Parts: sequence; C-alpha cells; structure tokens
Amino acid sequence: MSEHVMSSKFYYTIWIVLLCLTVITAAVSFVDLGPFNTIVALVIATVKALLVILFFMHVKYTSERLTKIVIVSAIFWLLLLLGLSMADYATRFLS
Amino acid sequence: MSDSPIAVEQHGPEHLHHFADAEQQRDAASLGMWLFLATEIMFFGGMFLAYLVYRYWYYNEFAAGSRSLDISLGTINTAVLICSSLTVALGVRAAQMGNRKLLVILLLLTIVFGFAFLGIKGVEWYQKFEEHHIPGRSFNAGDLIKEYPQIHIDPQHEQIYFSLYFAMTGLHALHMIIGVGIFVFLTYHAWKGRYTPKYYTPIEIGGLYWHFVDIVWIYLFPLLYLIDRKPLR
Amino acid sequence: MATVAVSAEREHYLNKEYGIRSWLLTTDHKRIALLYLVSITFFFFIGGFFALLIRLELLTPAGDLVQADTYNKLFSMHGQVMIFFFLIPSIPAVLGNFLVPLMIGAKDLAFPRINLLSWYLLVIAGVIYIHCIATGGVDTGWTFYTPFSTAFSNTRVIEAGIAIFIVGFSSILTGLNFVVTIHRMRAPGMTWSRLPLFIWAHYATSIIQLLGTPVLAITLLLVVFERAFNLGIFDPTRGGDPLLFQHLFWFYSHPAVYIMILPAMAVESEVVACFTRKRIFGYNFVAMSSIAIAVFGFLVWAHHMFVAGISLYSALIFSILSYLVAVPSAIKVFNWTATMYKGSISFTTPMLYALGFIGLFTMGGLTGLFLSALGIDVHVHDTYFVIAHFHYIMVGGAVMGYLGGLHFWWPKISGRMYPEAWGRLAALLVFAGFNLTFFPQFILGYMGMPRRYWQYPPEFQVLNVLSTAGSTILAVGYVLPMVYFLWSMRYGKIASDNPWGAAGLEWKTSSPPPTFNFDETPEVTWEAYNYEEIPAPAEVPVER
Repeated sequence: MSEHVMSSKFYYTIWIVLLCLTVITAAVSFVDLGPFNTIVALVIATVKALLVILFFMHVKYTSERLTKIVIVSAIFWLLLLLGLSMADYATRFLS
Repeated sequence: MSDSPIAVEQHGPEHLHHFADAEQQRDAASLGMWLFLATEIMFFGGMFLAYLVYRYWYYNEFAAGSRSLDISLGTINTAVLICSSLTVALGVRAAQMGNRKLLVILLLLTIVFGFAFLGIKGVEWYQKFEEHHIPGRSFNAGDLIKEYPQIHIDPQHEQIYFSLYFAMTGLHALHMIIGVGIFVFLTYHAWKGRYTPKYYTPIEIGGLYWHFVDIVWIYLFPLLYLIDRKPLR
Repeated sequence: MATVAVSAEREHYLNKEYGIRSWLLTTDHKRIALLYLVSITFFFFIGGFFALLIRLELLTPAGDLVQADTYNKLFSMHGQVMIFFFLIPSIPAVLGNFLVPLMIGAKDLAFPRINLLSWYLLVIAGVIYIHCIATGGVDTGWTFYTPFSTAFSNTRVIEAGIAIFIVGFSSILTGLNFVVTIHRMRAPGMTWSRLPLFIWAHYATSIIQLLGTPVLAITLLLVVFERAFNLGIFDPTRGGDPLLFQHLFWFYSHPAVYIMILPAMAVESEVVACFTRKRIFGYNFVAMSSIAIAVFGFLVWAHHMFVAGISLYSALIFSILSYLVAVPSAIKVFNWTATMYKGSISFTTPMLYALGFIGLFTMGGLTGLFLSALGIDVHVHDTYFVIAHFHYIMVGGAVMGYLGGLHFWWPKISGRMYPEAWGRLAALLVFAGFNLTFFPQFILGYMGMPRRYWQYPPEFQVLNVLSTAGSTILAVGYVLPMVYFLWSMRYGKIASDNPWGAAGLEWKTSSPPPTFNFDETPEVTWEAYNYEEIPAPAEVPVER
C-alpha cells in the first residue's frame, strides 16, 4: 500500500494518455498492416493495462515484492493455459 | 509483535481482533484482493482460450462478426471505463486525504460511469438481437454473407464468434454490475464517514476490483471489435 | 508435558458458547472445521452408497441390478460427490482450517467471515446437488464431456454444473484464506523455514486451488450457458471442438488431484515425524517438492486426452512432462522413508495409516507412469487399470491420509482419546479391504475390462467378485471410526495438551484449545520437528 499521495495532475495525465491510446487503437485498425494489426492492437492494449496496473492500482509505488509476484504469476499461468493448449491446436493437422 | 496477553481490547474497524495490528490487517486485505484478482484472470482466461482457438480456426467468420459490431459505441464504452478508473483513483486519493465530500462525489461519478457502460452495452446487445446475431434458432448470418462476398463465411461457424461475444461481454457486464453494487455500498459508508486517512482499505481494494474489470475490457475491445477493419477490396 | 485431567470448568472453543446460532454463525476456524467435518462425512456416505451399488451391479456379468442409464448415473455421481464434495474439501477444510492458525501461532485465519462463507457455499452447493440427484441425477460421467453433456444428455446437467460451480468457489476462498494467513499472520519467530511441512503442503495446495479452480468454473459455466441458451461453443455441428472442453476441463481437473493428495502428504510428514521421533529427513526437499508438485501439476493435463484426438506432438510433450511430475512425489516418499531409518517407531493408528499411505501411494504413483507412456495408455485408457490407479492414490493415499490425520489430531480437536485398539483394527480393515477391492482392478483393466460399462464378459467375473468383497470390508473399516469417534466424545479418555509428545505449536496449547488458540501469543525460537528436545510420552496412550 503506497503511503505517499500522488498529485491529482498525475492521475489526469495517465487518464489522457489512456484516452489517446484508445483512439489510436481504434484508428489504426482501419489501416492495413497485414499480420501486424493484431500485434499492434495487443501491444497498445498491454500498454494501457500496464498504465492502469502500475499507476491507478499503485503497483509501481508499492514496495511489496509479493504483489508483483502474484500479478506476474497469474499472467504466466494464463499464458501457460493458452500456450500449452495451442501446442495441440497448432500441430494437430500437420502431416 | 507482543507477548502481551490476548485481552479483549476495543478497536475500530481498522484493527479487527484476530490481527496483531492495523498494518497486518491492511496488508492481509490487500494481498487477499490481489489473489482474488489472480483467480479472476484465470476465470476470464478460459474464455480467452476458447477465443484464441476459434479465431485461429475461423478467422473469416471472426472478422466478419467483428465488423458487425458498432465501433463507435465500443470506443465510447472503452473511454467511459477509463474515465471511471480515473474517478476511482482520485477517490482513493480523496480518502487518503480525508476529504469525505470529494470521496462521495467521486464514488457516485464512478457509479454513473458504470451505469453508462451498462446502458451502452444494452443498446449494443439489442442491436445484435435485431440483426439476428444471437446464437440459436433465430440466428441468421445472411446479412454478413451478403455484405462480404469477398470472404467465405460459414454461418454455422459464425455462431461461434457470437457465442463468444455474448459469453465474454456478458460475464464482463456481470462483473460490472457487481462492481456497481460494491461501489453503492462504499458510497453509503463513505457518506456516513466510515473512511478516514487511518482506514480506507475498503475503498482501496474496491478500487482494485474496479480497475481489474476495466483492464478486462481493455483487452476485450480490440479482440472483439478490431479484428479486421481494413477496407475490403 | 503430561498434564492429565483437564478441569471441567476450563473454557475452550467447544464449551464457550452453546446453541445452534453459535455454531451456524461462528467465525472460529476450529468450529468451522467441525462444521465441515460433519458435512463432508455426510457426502462421503452418499458417494460411498453409489459405490456400493456399482460394486453390487458388477458382481455379475449381466446388467441385472439396475438399468444401463441408471448405471451411468451411479458412476457419474459417485465421482462428482466424492471428488467435489468430499475429497477436495476434506483435509484442507477440516484439518487445514483447524490447524493452520494453530501451527503458525495465529488467533484465527485472515478472513474468518469468508471462512464461514466457504462452508455455506459448500452446503448450498450440496443442497443443489442433492436436489439434482433426487430429480434424475446426471449421467455424463464425472467429467461432463461435450457434446454429450451440452446437447444429448437428458439428465440434470445444468443443476449439477451449477452446484459444482458454487462448491468451486468454496474451494477458491479456502485457498485464498490460507495463502494470506500463512504470509501475513505467522507468530514472531515463525520464519518460513521453521514452518511445519503441513503448512508448506497446504500453501502449495492453496496455490492450485486459486489458479486452477477458476478455469473449471468458467468451463462449467460455458456448458451451462450452452445447454440453457443454445450457445455454440462446444457444438460440433457449428464448428465447435469437443476437445476444447477437455483442455479446459483437465487444466483444472488434473491439478485437482494434487489438491487432493498434497494435504495427505502434509499429514504424512507430521505423523511420520512424530511416530519416528525424528525431524523429517530433507526438510527443504520436502518443502520445495510441495511447491514443485503444485507447479508441475499444471503442465500435464492432456495426458487425459492421449487418445482423444490431440496432436501426436503435443502428446509427446505432455507425456514427458507427466514423467517429470512424478519426481517431486518420489522425493517425498524417499524422505519419509529415510526419516524412519534408525527412528524410534511406534505403530499407533495414525502411523498405521501413514505406513499404508506410503505403500499404496507409491503403487498408485508408479502405475501413473504406466499411463504416461503413450503406447501403454492406448491399451489401458478407459479401462479398470485407470480406475485402480486413481483409487490407489485417492483412497489408498488421500483418504488414508485424512483418516490418519483425524486420528492424530483427534485429541487436540475433541479433548478426548479415541480407543486405540479399535483404531488399529479399523486401519487394518481399511488397508486389507482397500487392497482386495482395487488390486484386482489393475488386472481387470490390463485384461481389457472397460470402465463405465454395466455389463462385462463372463471371464472377468471372479476378479469382480473379489473386488466387491473387498469393498464390503472397506465399508466396515470406514464406519468403525465414525462410531468410536462419536463414542469417544462422551466416554473417551481425557486428552492432555500433548498426548503424543509431538512437535508443533498446536500441541503447546490445551486440548481442546481456547477460542483464541493461545493464552499468550507464542514467540518461536526453535526449529520445526525439534524432537531431540521433546520427551517421548511415558506410554503411547492406549484405550483398553
């Protein structure tokens, strides 16, 4: 739990950045980037998520390593579910 | 940290009896909420797997379905949730500073944004109903097939996209409703003056939950709405 | 340490308050543990009743006791009741709830009201499931495979799915409570390396409950939605993949078996240490292997799907990983055995269960390796070989661990000793009955008898009859403890604080403990399992 109080200007800045990224991601989807459309969309989403996690949820300023371990583990476990399942789907119709 | 006898001391809500002190209680609540959010990541994660598999298999149908969603409403809704995350973060700050009136206003604003999101979502679902895109007996993908002759669309597979659309946005909306309920509870107690700079843990952990629901939508938006909006030849 | 009679006026958690409200609205982790004990015993007998009917049907090759559809319901509900309403809660919700705060020197769990909520979720889910049984049951197999469960079964799938969804949250909240408690509420001086291995194993179990159960929850929810709202996520006619369901289902249900066995291993460490009067050999290895089991357990789920249609390449990966997951379990078995070397062993009832556990769990585990081999799995998948394998672990392992733990901590929980002679007899009956029931099933499976069939070729009858005979002995072995535990609450010898001379903070408080566990917050300055400092009890208590 962070003890120091952030300035409200700080939160407003993050807010503006998030809104801009939202507009950007919607706009970019109309541009033909081939396979990169998906990647760009996910990267932007991840940046937005990180902004919320680090700043709105105070994770950047919490000194607790445990919180960060919990977050990273959960994301890792999700990727495990997705990745190992795709090991089947991606190789099912080979040969 | 004491070997004092366990006497029956009177504490406020910031120090419940079974904890050694208020700090332990705060740390426990925080860890508890983060662990709960981890379970929620896995909960939504199952649907993300289904999405991943079927998008991999039925890309055309997913693209067509995605195009049939209203991108303006989706973008506005995303912005609405971002605004609500701002009011939540400012609310936690107001609680930290002991500003009761500001806290109540911000919590109320958050609830308003929550209802706005749900309202817009309701409008979108109704649009899907009118377009016969609800999976089941009345499903009809004829309009999509006609609109996109360049890509091959199997109407049966198209139902899978919309099944996932309703499952994912439906479960997300349910979490929003629960979030609004939690914030109504918090607003009431904030108005009663229960939260002080010494004890605002419920605001903090309620905020964590709300931010999480926002983050789920941050991913749902591109995955459902922005699959393929390129101009078709 | 041998304070004998406890004064009748002493206040403890059982006599602090009387009346049904004081139990149904309690937030005392010890009372909640007892609420769980009653509930899961009830479900154990329901699941056991289904098992008895199955074994009766299988006495003869023909399907003559029940109809085929009924038989499908029997094995499905036996599995679901035993797994979700008995095994998964069992040790964590009864022994874990009771002991975790005591062992770490805390006054209660981190979230006592959520603890009570966990119990209520189990009860509500149980009521829904019983209603499901009464109104037609479920016949999809405990595994709910699609598209049979979503499109073709005519039984109460939605109700069963909702019940299990709810009881899943009971499990998640228990895990959450334990993790927060263990991180935040250890007494001064109770460092991680001084924790009893019981705590390490429950911590690992809780990680699995937190990360795995939500996936089961969403999967069941999607099945319910598909059935109720005609969504098309698993429907093959709309392009859905039945294997997607299986991936999602087993992602939880494989780690679930580790939810069921790790707590039994927790008990094993405590019991073996006490009745060998030695520190567990290789404490660090045993602690770390619990965590390793929790992590690796998530990497092997598709070994349930080798013949379902997954790609050969992914099958290879999962096969290798399944071999690896056996390693940490084996490490534990080696360490318990090494602990016993040159130890001072007493063959008390808990120790009998612990010794049985080592043998039976090892057999179950080794036969798991048979199943991990792709070629062998093709032959024995969906046969009685698999059934024997998992019952050796779940019954020979987990249930024996549960019973051993109940006996070991009974004096602490109730303030009374159970009758030792009867305890030993019951343990031997369980061991003998268990082996007679399930060993023939290895042979049956290898010879080709399929599982979930209500008829079988006549050449399998002799082994089936042996198996059913064994199950009756097993049933007696299970009923006996219920009888004498109840008897002991009135007539059992009054227990001292530490009748076994065991190490651990829970034995430093009275039997039964006061509501807030300790008269003074303990300060720990010693290592775990400090048996060299603890005098052995004058005699191991034996009730004539």
